[in-house]
Amino acid sequence: MAEKRHWLEHSITQNFFVPVLAVVLSFAVGAIFIAIVGQNPIEVYYVLFSQTLGNEYGIGQLLFKTTPLIFAGLSVAICFKAGLFNIGAEGQLQIGAFATALVGMYTFGVPAFIEIPLLVLAGIVGGGIWGFIPGYLKAKTGAHEVINTIMLNFVALALVSYFATNIYNVPATVHTPSIAPTGRIPRFDVFFSGFEGSPVNFSILIAIVAAIFVWYYIDRTRPGYELRVVGLNAKAAEFGGINVARNLILSMTIGGALAGLVGTNYVMGYKYYFEEGFSTGTGFMGIAVALLGNNNPFGVILAALLFGMLEYGGLVINTMVPKELVSILQAIVIIFVISSNKIFRKTLVNYMKTRTLSVNQ
Amino acid sequence: MKYAIELVGITKRFARTVANDNVTLSVSAGSIHALVGENGAGKTTLMETLYGIYQPDSGKIRIHDTEVAIKSPQDSIRQGIGMVHQHFMLVPTLSVLENIILGAEDTRNAFLDLAKTSERITALADKFSLSVPLNEKVQDLGVGIQQRVEILKALYRKADILILDEPTAVLTPQESTRLFGILSELKQQGKTIVLITHKLNEVMEISDRVSVMRKGKIVGEMDTPTTSPQEIAELMVGRPVLLRVEKSKANTGKPVLSISNLSYVDRRGVEILKNVNFSVASGEILGIAGVEGNGQTQLVECITGLVKPTSGTISLNGVNLVGFPVKRVFDSGLAHVPEDRLKRGLVVDFTVKENLILGLHTRQEFNSRLSMRRSAIEQNARMLIKKYDVRPDDPDAIARGLSGGNQQKVIIARELSRNAQLIVASQPTRGVDIGGTEFIHRSIISERDKGKAVLLISADLTEVLSLSDRIAVIYDGMIVKIFPDNKVEESELGLFMTGTKGNGREASLA
Ligand SMILES: Nc1ncnc2c1ncn2[C@@H]1O[C@H](COP(=O)(O)OP(=O)(O)OP(=O)(O)O)[C@@H](O)[C@H]1O
Ligand SMILES: [Mg+2]
Repeated sequence: MAEKRHWLEHSITQNFFVPVLAVVLSFAVGAIFIAIVGQNPIEVYYVLFSQTLGNEYGIGQLLFKTTPLIFAGLSVAICFKAGLFNIGAEGQLQIGAFATALVGMYTFGVPAFIEIPLLVLAGIVGGGIWGFIPGYLKAKTGAHEVINTIMLNFVALALVSYFATNIYNVPATVHTPSIAPTGRIPRFDVFFSGFEGSPVNFSILIAIVAAIFVWYYIDRTRPGYELRVVGLNAKAAEFGGINVARNLILSMTIGGALAGLVGTNYVMGYKYYFEEGFSTGTGFMGIAVALLGNNNPFGVILAALLFGMLEYGGLVINTMVPKELVSILQAIVIIFVISSNKIFRKTLVNYMKTRTLSVNQ
Repeated sequence: MKYAIELVGITKRFARTVANDNVTLSVSAGSIHALVGENGAGKTTLMETLYGIYQPDSGKIRIHDTEVAIKSPQDSIRQGIGMVHQHFMLVPTLSVLENIILGAEDTRNAFLDLAKTSERITALADKFSLSVPLNEKVQDLGVGIQQRVEILKALYRKADILILDEPTAVLTPQESTRLFGILSELKQQGKTIVLITHKLNEVMEISDRVSVMRKGKIVGEMDTPTTSPQEIAELMVGRPVLLRVEKSKANTGKPVLSISNLSYVDRRGVEILKNVNFSVASGEILGIAGVEGNGQTQLVECITGLVKPTSGTISLNGVNLVGFPVKRVFDSGLAHVPEDRLKRGLVVDFTVKENLILGLHTRQEFNSRLSMRRSAIEQNARMLIKKYDVRPDDPDAIARGLSGGNQQKVIIARELSRNAQLIVASQPTRGVDIGGTEFIHRSIISERDKGKAVLLISADLTEVLSLSDRIAVIYDGMIVKIFPDNKVEESELGLFMTGTKGNGREASLA
């Protein structure tokens, strides 16, 4: 009875081809909007792509924007896998980055090989605590994580804003003093002169390692197996002797810790201090990144690259189109991708006269 | 003879399987037509294609001599087709009345005229002797009544062709008898009925004609009076089948499971289990007979540690399990086949091999220091798939795509592979075909013969009678009778099961 699967039914096609098609289509729709504001879409796109991908400086800027998106995307993705919707990456990354800056400003004189891991750990712990709280509340009281993470975002923002502007700030600024120089993560341009001037730094390697970690954890380890069971069928998990509550807490904590690593890019790799308002909604973009990346860690990297490009691309086409247009383009990408799963798959598959995978017993 | 349904050359493929292979089937108007076949033979797919859930890759459908295009269930409802699915499709939090009219509301007025509608439904229900409580919530009703709601729902949509997919799988013998009464009534009134079932006595009892499917094809079609269960079974499986369970005498040893004075009061304060006492010894199968909803589910949940009993002890090899977390209960030597395989037994989005280690995933053989041992998991799956004849024989198949019977085999395979001292099997062959049932029964008996203690909970009396060495009857949360052997008449059991006999706890000790 076995038969060769149609190419559309391979998971590679489904997980890769469909999102790519969604992105292409959304650019097409974006072109209409560009035309509406009276610009030539081809010209605008040309500038967009050539300035972001066409030279090392542009690539550097793009990668700099990509790094925090990877962390945030991974944070949302791992929670998704456990069946939790983490809207709180923004708050988690604020706390994490602030913790990094705080530890960094009090640890002068520590050698780099200790200082760097120490500051990374500070981010992990800070974000982790902020993820642990809603995870714990969910597991012990059933309080919905969506509400709690949203609320904790407000709390986190207010907290760091207060401390960064009133208590730990350099007078008359909204940022903290610099971290110890040994805690700095080197920029690319120290080694490759082509990146001169762009803030991209080696924290992107931490992001890639984090993605590999998440993949390995979810796909290959026993706790990862348990986490997936909990996400897909909590009742079966219970029956399989899996501690559901512990897994909910654990996944939110890991998610928070991943978001907390955002500080490696900004605090350790760029400004060397924490500044109020440093994140422009990265945590929320993480939701879109995770969706576009299909909650797959490597998909998250690709999606983060795309959104990183859009974010920086928004700046380069700033003079040609209103900056709102870039927001529109990002929104269109997200809408297309989210809808694509069902719509594209169905139409494509029907079009190819094959069998649907939809299940209904 | 006039046909109500004609399916001509229907082919339906899924990703890797041909579920229906050029199937031609004609059903005479006003008849009851049985559709039988092994798990995964394609019965549900064929009927769901007729009902518009799937589109066939090729083939034609004629309803009452006119060719029709059925693109969705709405189309088929318009053609007068109604279907009661293998898994019910009711909204638990809505009332019976709301469920019946859902999607078929009278939209001439902006407001629902519930009083008038309920009158209409009552009239309809009376006509076919389908009594249902219109204002109760579906979640508070037993499966038998839910099923009548499904039938009524179809009739309310003016169905004159009714498809029932394994309707008796979840029913007690009494409820089945009642259902058949309703079906005969419907037939009298000119309705056409297609009945999918695995129980051949039902085929013999009620159908006019029977079609047998195997591997996506129709392999035989007979007028029921001219055939026998033996012949149908052979056609289904492709080899002679034993319709009886063969087992030697039990070689009973020491008690493995002893339950004493077990009571359980649920969160609403209802006393579900009342002072339950029994024990299961190594080498024996104790069957628990009872109408569903008399505490069996909770009894099993207490034993497996999913809920905590209010009082009493449950000891496994002398160790009291009460208060242990689930994992520790299982590690103490328990295997459990849960009654609801989709809810508890499987992660349907997982592959077969991932499902085959659920609950065993902490074992050393599947883990190396950092990661799980994928080769061991794969090997385990290949071995179990082969041993338990799971189809397709692909460790990477997603569990959702397996037919019900094969999903059940996955669970049985996993649980028996625990090699536990006590096996608690709830409805182990629900929805499983004859070949599969025979196989599962033989597996359970062979575990018994290896000295395992088996607690069998089943709504299927035939199963309880043929498999058990002793039979306990549960009624209203009490064990009202324990028979020392399985030489009991079904009717006698029935009296205890319905509380007519044995209300004094005559056998509280075994
Ligand atoms: N949605 C689906 N996607 C992929 N394969 C499917 C799907 N539905 C059914 N199949 C496959 O099609 C075949 C026929 O399945 P079907 O459910 O029709 O069998 P069945 O005769 O109703 O079995 P059962 O008695 O177990 O209910 C099986 O091999 C099954 O695995
Ligand atoms: Mg079926």
